[in-house]
Amino acid sequence: MFISGIAFIIFAIILLGSALMVITARNPVHSVLFLILAFFNSAGLFVLLGAEFVGMLMVIVYVGAVAVLFLFVVMMLDISFADLRKGAMQYVPLGLLLAVILLCEFIALYGAWEFAPNLGSNLSDPISVASEGTNARSIGLVVYTDYFLAFQIAGLVLFVAMIGAIVLTHRTRPGVLKQSVASQQRVNPDDVLEIRKVTTGTGI
Amino acid sequence: MVDFNLVPLLPEIFLAITAMGLLIVGAFHGNESTRAICWASAIGVVVTGFILLGLDWNERHVLNNMFVFDQFSGLMKVIILLGVLASLALSVRYIIQEGIERFEYPILLLFAGIGMMIMVSANNMLSLYMGLELQSLSLYVLAAIHRNSSKSAEAGIKYFILGALSSGLLLFGISLIYGFTGSVDFDVIGRSLMSVETIPQGVTFGLVLILAALAFKISAVPFHMWTPDVYQGAPTSVTAFFAMVPKIAAMGLLMRLLLDPFAAAFDQWMQIIYFVSLMSMIVGGFAALVQEDIKRLLAYSSIGNMGYALIGLVAGTAEGAGAVILYLFIYMIMTAGTFAVVMCMRRNGMAVYKISDLSGLSKNSPVLAYVLLVLMFSMSGIPPMAGFFGKLVVFNAAVDQGYYILATLGVITSVIAAYYYLRIVKVMFFDDAVDAFDKELPLARRVVMLFSVVFVLCFVFKPSPFMSMSLSAADSLFSNAAIMSAPAGDDAQSLEPAAG
Repeated sequence: MFISGIAFIIFAIILLGSALMVITARNPVHSVLFLILAFFNSAGLFVLLGAEFVGMLMVIVYVGAVAVLFLFVVMMLDISFADLRKGAMQYVPLGLLLAVILLCEFIALYGAWEFAPNLGSNLSDPISVASEGTNARSIGLVVYTDYFLAFQIAGLVLFVAMIGAIVLTHRTRPGVLKQSVASQQRVNPDDVLEIRKVTTGTGI
Repeated sequence: MVDFNLVPLLPEIFLAITAMGLLIVGAFHGNESTRAICWASAIGVVVTGFILLGLDWNERHVLNNMFVFDQFSGLMKVIILLGVLASLALSVRYIIQEGIERFEYPILLLFAGIGMMIMVSANNMLSLYMGLELQSLSLYVLAAIHRNSSKSAEAGIKYFILGALSSGLLLFGISLIYGFTGSVDFDVIGRSLMSVETIPQGVTFGLVLILAALAFKISAVPFHMWTPDVYQGAPTSVTAFFAMVPKIAAMGLLMRLLLDPFAAAFDQWMQIIYFVSLMSMIVGGFAALVQEDIKRLLAYSSIGNMGYALIGLVAGTAEGAGAVILYLFIYMIMTAGTFAVVMCMRRNGMAVYKISDLSGLSKNSPVLAYVLLVLMFSMSGIPPMAGFFGKLVVFNAAVDQGYYILATLGVITSVIAAYYYLRIVKVMFFDDAVDAFDKELPLARRVVMLFSVVFVLCFVFKPSPFMSMSLSAADSLFSNAAIMSAPAGDDAQSLEPAAG
């Protein structure tokens, strides 16, 4: 118990610190690296909660795929983030003011929080890992039954995202030469070759 | 799961399979097949409509109570499908003329339609959010589909970023509601709110955040800033779709959310909706006065119209909810006709959007001018037209509940709005003629215009079927709330096998 408490505090502090660095680091590559650190620490928090499957997914999907993709994009695009930031700086005071007001409101709300009288019966029962075996199995048990609809719609959302990405980026360029074996075989030598006699000392 | 029953989802499932099948056809035949795919999608939408009409419209909750099918969602889905059908019909020729005939275009329209149908049937915050995202994601892509136009790209990016922000607010609001009740199920939320004496502050905070996000989706003031830019930048056929359908779905969602789970928090949300409605009418009325671009003008007009529709919601009665449905339906049909005319504004193959381009339209193409005349009269609410009845039922519902100030201000702003609608009529009929528009008038556009004008003109002769339909749909929303507040609470579940 004591060790997991310490681990929680360490993970949480590093998570918050690296999240802060993501938005304040000057170099965008550093931002992405801090983002990866943040993902690792949140994965650690999930493991502490006993949700090791979700924790591993965080590492595989976010660190392995998303963050590396970010890194590629940041390195390939020639965007001057310093200039972008300069334009945004003028809104910082107003934004900070609003953020502080909101923060105060939410702290006040936290102090006066009430729960519904029948909260206990509303909460869905946590699936105990001990009775269901592994983490992945217990997630599968609810995803394919209770949350069937949401799961299917999530599939459609991803499908639309894929179509959208293709629609917005794929273009057929007229000048590109592609291999077409059939038309290459069909070429008649007379159409593409011309034989000329060149007399010595003159050009064509 | 006891209530695993896919029958109420048949329309959505059929539409999804149609869209995926047509996508495969498109992938093999390329953009030359866009026309055929558009019409095939239109047929798919019609078949979906028939499947929907063939279903049993009694209330059913299925799939772990995530999805509800009742008269309200049924009627909203019929309206949504009509809107999608009209947008498809209007789009076919336009996207070819503009050189954006991507075969994905109709597919994305269909997916947006599926998202909207799920939205109006959502009975759980999770399915609500998923439906909303499916719809929004398709709309973001559609707004940016004209890739060679920087305005279209701007519209897409603006819509995407602000839409993502509003989704964030929505999720934050939902998390606060979950923090109070411990569930995201509408019925449970409703029961929990009924069981407390005063609505706790946390719920009010969550409600405010959810309402902010949904006000963004229906482009109500003060979350309307994106509307004129997106409407102006997106291709006109997409703008027509934006103005017609997504707002109806978002409004349906808002109505179910406020009148069903949050019925107990009426005092809280009524103030917010009151303010939003009032501001939308005022901003929509005044900002449109100075617009020169007809698409921007229609954007402000749609902001104002959402304000009028929300008046019915403020009333908080079945009559009010019925009035909202009727108002939205009439508004959708008028908008379809108006955009059909706007799409005909082309000179030498180029689209023009200035109101001054309409000068002397009555001499060059009298048919277009008279169609627009009827629609503008109807939009400004001049008596024999359908638009008048839409406003009448909404104001009536508000006056019945004693909201005299709101109704009076609604009438005043609609008079102000009448100025800019009638200015278009003045420009068309009394200004000197400029160069004529291209003569081309595709059949689909003619059909949409004809249907819209006939509906607007003939509504006065037989308004009762529409009124009774919207009222009974609204009643189903309230009967649901009554079941929920019953002590046993699980009546909806026990009804289910009998209905299924």
